[in-house]
Amino acid sequence: MSFLQTILNGEQGAFKSKSLTPMQKLTLRFVVVGLVYYGFAVIEGMIMRLYEVSPVPGIEPKQFFAIMTAHPLVGIFGSTYSIVFGAFLFLVPFLMKKPLWSIKLGNWTFLLLAFGTLIFWSAGFFSHYAPLYTLYWPLPADFTQFSPLGGAFFILGIALVMVGTLFFVVNIFKTIVYTPEGWEKQPACKLIGSALGVSGMRNLFSKNKKEHLVSLPVAAIARGTVDVALNAGIILFTGVLILVYMVAALMGHDLKHSAIDALLYKNWFWWGLDLVADGLVLIFVAGTWYLLATLITGKKLFMENFARAALLVELIVSWTVWSHHLMSDQAQPGILKVVSGEMVTAFELITQGLAFFITLVTLWSARPLKMTNPLKFLLGGLLGFALAVPAGIMQADLGLNRILHNTQWIIGPHVHVAILVGLTMTLYSAIYFLFPILTNGAKLYSQKLANFHFWAHLLGGIGMGAFMGMAGLKGMLRRSLYLNGEFNVYMILAALAGSLLLFAFLAFFYNIVMSVGLNGVIGIFRPAETKTKDLLPAEK
Amino acid sequence: MIDSNTVLTGQTLAYTFYVLAIMSLMGWFAFKVTREGKSNVVKPALFYSWVIFLIALGVSIHIVTYNTIPWSPIDLNRREIKADRVFDITVSDHKFHLPAEKLTIQCHEKVMFNVTSADLTYGFGLFRHDNSMVFQMQVVPGHLNDILWQFDKPGVYSIRSTEYSGPKGVDMIEKDVVEVVGCETSAN
Repeated sequence: MSFLQTILNGEQGAFKSKSLTPMQKLTLRFVVVGLVYYGFAVIEGMIMRLYEVSPVPGIEPKQFFAIMTAHPLVGIFGSTYSIVFGAFLFLVPFLMKKPLWSIKLGNWTFLLLAFGTLIFWSAGFFSHYAPLYTLYWPLPADFTQFSPLGGAFFILGIALVMVGTLFFVVNIFKTIVYTPEGWEKQPACKLIGSALGVSGMRNLFSKNKKEHLVSLPVAAIARGTVDVALNAGIILFTGVLILVYMVAALMGHDLKHSAIDALLYKNWFWWGLDLVADGLVLIFVAGTWYLLATLITGKKLFMENFARAALLVELIVSWTVWSHHLMSDQAQPGILKVVSGEMVTAFELITQGLAFFITLVTLWSARPLKMTNPLKFLLGGLLGFALAVPAGIMQADLGLNRILHNTQWIIGPHVHVAILVGLTMTLYSAIYFLFPILTNGAKLYSQKLANFHFWAHLLGGIGMGAFMGMAGLKGMLRRSLYLNGEFNVYMILAALAGSLLLFAFLAFFYNIVMSVGLNGVIGIFRPAETKTKDLLPAEK
Repeated sequence: MIDSNTVLTGQTLAYTFYVLAIMSLMGWFAFKVTREGKSNVVKPALFYSWVIFLIALGVSIHIVTYNTIPWSPIDLNRREIKADRVFDITVSDHKFHLPAEKLTIQCHEKVMFNVTSADLTYGFGLFRHDNSMVFQMQVVPGHLNDILWQFDKPGVYSIRSTEYSGPKGVDMIEKDVVEVVGCETSAN
C-alpha cells in the first residue's frame, strides 16, 4: 500500500470502522480523546520544562502558572480518566459477560469529560487562572491575582467532569448488579458484596468458603470506583465552596479571610485528593496488573485471595492516609502526622509491594513468554511504581519531609515517575492488548515505532524524574521559578529527558493513526451502524 | 545537630542504591521470563517472607529516621523544649516582616521561629547560599506556625517562601537575613 493509502485507510486497510459495535465505538472515542488530552499535557509539560531552564519569550509568569494549574488536571481528568473510564466501561461487561447497563449514560460520561476538560483548560489559557495547583486553593481566596470570572468557568469545567464521573460510577455499579433482559434474576446484593469485599471478609471467618461472584479485576474496578465517587463528591463540594467566594467577588463583596479555617480546608482537600492519588489510582493499577498478567499468561493469578484482601486494605488505607500531605503544617496534630502521615502511608509500600510480587510471580509461572508490547509495557509500569512508591514513603517521613516537602523531589521521582512510568505504561499495556479486540483485528503499522515508543517513554520518564529529583535534593522548589539559572544543569537534562517523552508520544500517535487510518479515526466518531448492545460483533 | 545536607546525602545514597537494584532486578526478570526455566512454581513460603519483609521495612524506616534524624523528636516535642531565642515573624501581602533587619543566632542555640500569616497560605524556609534547603514549614493563616531548630555551623541564610501563593510568591525571598555566629571556638 502507498503511504497515502495507509494514512487514509490504515495498515493493509484492515480496520473497518463500520464493523464496530456501539460499545467498541464508545470505548475507542474515550481512548482517542484521552490520547489527545495526553498530548496536551505532554506539550504543556515541555513548555514548563523549557521555562524552568529559561523563560520562554511571549509567555508571562502568570501564563506559566496557569499552565501549571491546568496541566495535571488535563492529564488526570482529560486523559487518564477518559482512557480508564472507557476501558472499564468495556471491561466490566466483558468480564461479567453481560451488556453495559446504559450505553447512553456512557456516551454522556464521554461528552462531559471531553467538554468539561476543554472548558477548564480554556478558562486557564485565556484568563490565566492559577490560584493553586490541582484545585488546591487554601481559602482565603486572593482575587487581586486572579479573575473570578475565569475561575468560575474553570470550576464549571471541573464540575462537568465530575458529573460525568458520577455517571460512570452509576454505570459501573448498575452493570455489576442489574439483570439483563431475558436473564435469570441476578443476586444484586450478593454481587455488590462480592465486588466490595464483604463476602471475601466473611470467608475469612467462615468454615463454608463461598465462591467469589465477581472476578478479581471487577472487584478492583468496583473498589476503585468507590474512591472515584467519594472524590467526585469532594471536588464538587469544594468547587461550590470556591464558587461562593467567586460570585461574591464578582458582586463586589470580599468574603472574610477567616470565614473558613485554612487548616481544616487543607485537611478536607487532601483527604479528597488522596482518594485519587493514594486510592483509586493504586487500586485500579493493581487490578489492571492482575488482569493483564492473567490475560498475557492464561494462568490463574498467584495468591488470588491475598490479592483481593490487599485491594480492600488499599481502599481503607486511601481513606486514612491524607495527613502525609500535612507533615510540614505545624498546627496539624502530631498524632495525625505519625499515624496517618507515616504509619498508614507505609501500608502502601505493603499493598503495592504485594501487587508487584503477585503480578511478577504470575508472569513467571508461564515462562517462556514472548516479549510482546503488552508485556513490555506492563513490566515498565511495574518498574515505575517500584521506583515511585518508595520515593513517596521516604517523603512521608517526619524527618525527611522537613527537607523534601514542596521540592522537585516530590513532583519528580514520586509524582511524575508514578504517573508517567507507572500508570501511563500500565495504560499503554492495556491499550496495546485491547487494540486488536476493540478494532476487530486492525494491524499495527510498525513494531519498530512501538519499540521506540517503549524505550523513549521509559527512559524519558525515569530520566526526567531523576533529574528533577536531583534538583529537589539540592533545594529546588516546585511551583516556583528560578530566573538566574540556579538549577540549569538539572533542568536542561530534565528537559532533554522530557523531550524523549514527547517523541515517544508522537511515535505512538503516528503509529496508531497509520494503523487505523484517518478515515478510521473519523469513522470512530460517526454513529454506529448496528444497534446491538453486544460488546463485539457477532462472529460470521 | 547533624546538618540537613548530611541527611540528604544519606538519602541520596540509599535511594540510588535501591534504584540500581530494582532496575537490575527488572532487567533480569524481563530477560529470564522469555526463557525456558527449571521451575515455574513459586512456593507460598516466599510470598509470606515477602509480606513479612514489607511490614518490617514499612515500620522500621520511620523508627530508624526518628532515632537518627535529630530534628524529628525535637519537632514533635518542641512545645516542651525551652528555646534559647525566639523570632516572631509575620507575613502579609506576599512579604515577610522580620523583627530585625538581620536575625543573628549564636552557635548551638535552639531557635524558635514563630511565623504567622495575615492573609494567604505561604511557606517559610531557610536556604544556604547554594540554594540548598536547611528546613521549611507551611505558614497557614489563623494558626501558629512554629519550628524549633538548632544551629551548629556558622553560616548566612536566606528566607524564602516554600509554598506557591500565586505568581507574586516567586519574589518572596529575604536574602542573607539570618546569620549564625560564634562557632569558631566550638568543636565543629
